Amino acid sequence: MNTLVRENRDIDHVQSEQFVAPSASVLEAADGCTLEVEMPGVNKEGLEISVENNELTIVGRRSLPAVEGTLIHRESRQESYRRTFELDPSIDANKISAKIDQGVVTLTLPKAEHVKPRKITVS
Amino acid sequence: MSLIRYQSPELMAWPSLDRWSSLRDDLNSLFELPLWSSIARQGQLFSGWSPALDLYQNNDNVVAVVELPGMGRKDVEISLHDGTLTISGERKSESTNGDKAERAERYIGKFRRSITLPTGVDANKVSASYRNGILTVTLPKAEEAKPKQIQVNVD
Repeated sequence: MNTLVRENRDIDHVQSEQFVAPSASVLEAADGCTLEVEMPGVNKEGLEISVENNELTIVGRRSLPAVEGTLIHRESRQESYRRTFELDPSIDANKISAKIDQGVVTLTLPKAEHVKPRKITVS
Repeated sequence: MSLIRYQSPELMAWPSLDRWSSLRDDLNSLFELPLWSSIARQGQLFSGWSPALDLYQNNDNVVAVVELPGMGRKDVEISLHDGTLTISGERKSESTNGDKAERAERYIGKFRRSITLPTGVDANKVSASYRNGILTVTLPKAEEAKPKQIQVNVD
């Protein structure tokens, strides 16, 4: 699959902290792509995004609302979220921006200037 | 005339081999397509999505905690009917036209979750909050459902 952001599955199993992979969507446009990662329960403080060797890693630690009482039914997971993506060299790693709103992390990954499509005016 | 005509190995079309090659195509398409989007596209298998729900109870309240990342406050509906709590709503697609979804794992569309509550609740006092993509619904127990201490006088 020829995409700008590729998932990297190899490095996940050498960690002591338990993680689950959050759902993510990748949207591609001409000038870059947008990555949407679902991390319910994570706020700005619990989010850790890093780029190293063309690998984008997103870690989210939940701060769940404290509920008094006994748990009688559980479907949610307790683990932190973690997912790694391999970035295409055409993406400018210095210009990646991120925001989190209601548990959805949106990352904007712009293409580097020199690879953007451009029109050349003929004089 | 010979009973068996010579046929070059490449041209032999055994039905069993055909089956193998179509299996190979199926497997290839499985790896090439984003798996979840291909399953979601089938529609009938997941008609909508089902968010994770936790239920707690203490002396005064029943509390439901639902993971609903990226919803608008107006897009969630909470209803109570016959001791069953139903949380439903719809997530609208935010993607602008022209963007190509390379991988689509996030669910778009309607969802509905129902859960039978363990005790009677006071429907008029239900409150809800939505923070960090988590919906918390607090349902105060009905007076008759609250645990009561009964004094037994022994003469």
